[in-house]
Amino acid sequence: MASRLSTSAGATARRGQRGAAALLIGPFLLLFLVTLVAPIGYAAYLSLFREQSSGLGFGGTETVFSGLGNYVRAATNPSFQEGFLHIALYCAVYIPVMIGGALVLALLIDSAAARAKRFFQLAAFLPHAVPGMIAAIIWVFLYTPGLSPVHQALNLFGAEADFLGPDAILFSMVNAAAWQWIGYNMVIFYAALQAIPRETLEAATVDGAGGLRTAWAVKLPMIRSSVVLTTLFTSIGAIQLFTEPETFRAHTAGLSADWSPTMFIYQAAFSQHDFGLAAAASLLLALLGVVLSFVVTKLGNRWKEA
Amino acid sequence: MPTLTSSPPTAPPRRTGPGPSPSPRRARRPRAGLGSRTAVNGVLLLMSFYMLMPVTWLLLAATKDNGDLFGRPGFLLGDFNLFANLADLFAYHDGVFGRWLANSALYSVVGSAASTLLCLAAGYAFDKYAFAGREKLYGFVLLGLLVPSTVISLPIYLLASKAGLIDTYWAVLIPALANPFGVYLSRVFSDGYVPAETLEAARMDGAGELRIFFSIALPMMRPAFMTVFLFSFTGSWNNFFLPLVMLNDHQLYPVGLGLFTWNANLSQYPEQYALLVTGSLVSVLPLVLAFVCLQRYWRSGLTAGAVK
Repeated sequence: MASRLSTSAGATARRGQRGAAALLIGPFLLLFLVTLVAPIGYAAYLSLFREQSSGLGFGGTETVFSGLGNYVRAATNPSFQEGFLHIALYCAVYIPVMIGGALVLALLIDSAAARAKRFFQLAAFLPHAVPGMIAAIIWVFLYTPGLSPVHQALNLFGAEADFLGPDAILFSMVNAAAWQWIGYNMVIFYAALQAIPRETLEAATVDGAGGLRTAWAVKLPMIRSSVVLTTLFTSIGAIQLFTEPETFRAHTAGLSADWSPTMFIYQAAFSQHDFGLAAAASLLLALLGVVLSFVVTKLGNRWKEA
Repeated sequence: MPTLTSSPPTAPPRRTGPGPSPSPRRARRPRAGLGSRTAVNGVLLLMSFYMLMPVTWLLLAATKDNGDLFGRPGFLLGDFNLFANLADLFAYHDGVFGRWLANSALYSVVGSAASTLLCLAAGYAFDKYAFAGREKLYGFVLLGLLVPSTVISLPIYLLASKAGLIDTYWAVLIPALANPFGVYLSRVFSDGYVPAETLEAARMDGAGELRIFFSIALPMMRPAFMTVFLFSFTGSWNNFFLPLVMLNDHQLYPVGLGLFTWNANLSQYPEQYALLVTGSLVSVLPLVLAFVCLQRYWRSGLTAGAVK
């Protein structure tokens, strides 16, 4: 996308275009700065102060500078630490299931053997049309004994499962979130697979590679930038886990109110009105996001060189 | 409809499309054995069952009353009470559910239309105008994609409360307007749909730059408008954290947040099960229908996202 300005355009025209560019980008940029950039700066500012509430409401708080005190308080808080452990476990299950599942589905639909490709794509994508909170509610229903066809089917085989018990709850949440997002990522992978030049695939076939081998050795390496990017966004989303545990919490004893870091931040900010702690904790979470982006990109680059 | 819309602008035309249209590839592709054909399609059928089962169950469950929900569980049919459930749903608490639906429609339609226009203008300008620091500014905007929304929700709440916007429609509408992904899509689409020559010709005819955008480029980007709008619409229909933080007044809730409060109280009011089931179905159907009808647009959006 190099410069499209024709060389014949005069200086006046160019100035007019610069003005137009400013007018067209301006409104977006203003909102971007006010609703995205400024809040990050404000969070950093808030994290350095401790609001001591001397009464009820906003009027009665006094603000004391506390340096990195809030960060120390957040980092040493046992529930916050546990929250990181919880999402580490969650990510360890969720990210492989999500990326692996979406990849396998995309490769299957892209394979020569698949029929009704359009239907399968639509079927996989439809759960994404269900809002995350509603998806969580629907899965709570499907996990509830006496209500759910899943339990009914299990009972037919004489089996029973406690999807909302403390041991299974993590996997139950992974399932609800994966159900909603696998199709979305699958369509991204499928689109990338469609962009592989046909000659490359034909060459692989001529060389005697079967469907599985072509998928693994030819197709997968060719869409790795999509895979890396999707892994990146999946990780950023997963560490912010909030909707599923917050919805499931009303139905299980396995989840505390500050089970995930985001829930901890929400509690600190809106139940305890400890804004300094919430801001520091949210920046620590953002830091984890930065580290994860870095790691995923690095691993992606190494994969490219390999 | 312009012929351009039949294929996404960024996907190289290797295949004419995954549909039943007889593509040249189909004739030449290697024949898969019966075994692998059965295995592949079998797995895909299982996947479809997994994907479609929950909403199918919801559809059936919405036809049952509270007794049948538990008395005739799963896919067993009970007495047909869909219309009674709908009547109950919309009558409950002076019709608060209808109010929530209207709120959601307002947040999603108005917010997404405004957001889409902003994104298209910015994406078009990033694509068509050369100015100093363009790519740096563009990269800065794309970095916004990586910002965890939870990090900014508290400061945005405090800023909104200083501006006196808590418990107003604005508190939910304004923070959702700036959408970096929309700018990215718009730039890709502007590159694909708006030829530089057309703009040059308009300039020769003496049209001003803004007029060129609004009366020439914008109509050419109509498919882009639909795609960006659809993604933005889903985003705001899905948005849960922002309204949760910004709104205390039940009358301003979007439908998702309203159902969330019903869900949280379910153990105290078990008679709300049928309400919650029916409400979930009603809040899901508009989006499912929109996605089935507007397939071309989300496909091209995700394609643009994939071919970076």
